[in-house]
Amino acid sequence: MAEEMRIVLRNYGKVDPLNIDTYVAQGGYQSLDKARSMDKAALMAEVKKSNLRGRGGAGFNCGMKWTFAAGAQADQKYVIANADEGEPGTYKDRLIMENDPQSLIEGMAVCAYAIGATKGFIYLRGEYPELVSTLNAAIAQAKDKGFLKDFDLEVRRGAGAYVCGEETALIESIEGKRGEPRFKPPFPPVIGLWGKPTIVNNIETYANIPAILEKGADWYAGIGNAAYPGTKVFTLTGDVVNKTFFEVPTNITVRQLIFDFGGGIVGGKKFKAAQIGGTSGCFIPESLLDTEVAFDTMGAAGLSLGTGATFVMDETRDIVDIVTRIAGFFEHESCGKCAPCREGTMRTAEIMEKINEGKGSVKDTALLDKLGTVMSYSCLCGLGQAAPSPVLTTIKHFAADYEAKFK
Amino acid sequence: MDYKEIIAKFADMPGGIIQAYHALLDEFSYLPEEAVVEAARVFKMSTAEAYGVATFYSMFSVNTRGKNVIRICESAPCHVAGAADVVAAMEKTLGIKMGETTADGRFTLEFTECVGQCQATPVITVNGKPYLDISADKIPAILAECK
Repeated sequence: MAEEMRIVLRNYGKVDPLNIDTYVAQGGYQSLDKARSMDKAALMAEVKKSNLRGRGGAGFNCGMKWTFAAGAQADQKYVIANADEGEPGTYKDRLIMENDPQSLIEGMAVCAYAIGATKGFIYLRGEYPELVSTLNAAIAQAKDKGFLKDFDLEVRRGAGAYVCGEETALIESIEGKRGEPRFKPPFPPVIGLWGKPTIVNNIETYANIPAILEKGADWYAGIGNAAYPGTKVFTLTGDVVNKTFFEVPTNITVRQLIFDFGGGIVGGKKFKAAQIGGTSGCFIPESLLDTEVAFDTMGAAGLSLGTGATFVMDETRDIVDIVTRIAGFFEHESCGKCAPCREGTMRTAEIMEKINEGKGSVKDTALLDKLGTVMSYSCLCGLGQAAPSPVLTTIKHFAADYEAKFK
Repeated sequence: MDYKEIIAKFADMPGGIIQAYHALLDEFSYLPEEAVVEAARVFKMSTAEAYGVATFYSMFSVNTRGKNVIRICESAPCHVAGAADVVAAMEKTLGIKMGETTADGRFTLEFTECVGQCQATPVITVNGKPYLDISADKIPAILAECK
């Protein structure tokens, strides 16, 4: 059986999150020292060479993103950690911040040095109030110990808006506005927070940085799937035996994730479907279980990796009912800025409810298919573009479940 | 504390209105109209914009709420774990429907989307604090903890 490999969770259970000395004892902040001894261009080249790709769901090369902000001319630049993990079923970033906040802070400080930023923010979702004091204590200790030098770091709380996980909506929220996404381009590395060059990375992405600098880009690039190397933290929910988290190399398959790590289906029942990537993820049928979990292999199979949240459903589950609930989620979370998403999520929810109540027909799934396809390319941000995924993939892979509900 | 004093503490923080609203929420459970008007003045935006921020985020409310705000997660992992049973039990125990406040002003019931505690579903929060693996029999003890 494949084994767990802990990189971002390397200090899980080994450090006291409220005592920086325990982090230093594990080699903490040596990578920041090393980074500061390097030429900035060489540092970013090293991160780029590791092929670390964004762990929030978009999969962009992290080092390359940094070079865009480093190359921008400005009197102030910003580093932001996106801790707005709102994808249902996802709690990996909470695990990192709760257990090893210094890994995040060290990763952010490396980024700040690389791009020339002196100010950073951790945008923490409002649903994690208990983490505010942990993060503030960790920041204060890192400052007291002199690790942060001129890098000033502040925690800002969100207030319950899924769309703020989208980086430009998050930036609007830090600016004290409604969290509505901006038109892109320009992208944040060029024009971001308060109009200044800004790097927004996921918590899991930052937590990888100290390990990459310690052990080298080549070491990291050699782990897991070559195109999306390293590890990924998965959180398993639903009808799986081990409802917990695992950090695994990116070349394991969905089947290994659910059956080896997850221990299979509760009560000896049969597998029906899994949804990976959170509530905006695609539904995976049994026939695609041997797909590797890496970003591109999932994409090639018409699936998504997203945040790595893995929601497992057994043979007794009503797929149409679950997708109806998911459609309700997007109707609620759409920010309303662009018409395709505002109207599309509302109509999708309406049609799904109609089908779920046994009043639908094949015309309705055809309409959902068309509507979802239009939304996937016409919505302004990732929320609206990904919202149809559960609907489209269940119509494709679980057509019999819909037919069973038709009048 | 007076709402003006609370807001004033954040006056020098760029974009601080959302943090000020959180502080107001800790004191009042909701955002009183006069506080939104004051926030607009302090953060140099129109009342409409300050109201827009107050109504955009699901944790804020411009309507009065009970002293204890109970939120029940209805996202997919909680949905399949029996969130509907938790809703039914909570409504029955408190004698109110989702979205309502008890006559004595002690409790408000609301839905929430995922709160990131999916290792032990279904999940509810009471004034932001998560309670895990909720079943009907756990509800009385949780309510008894509330002031």
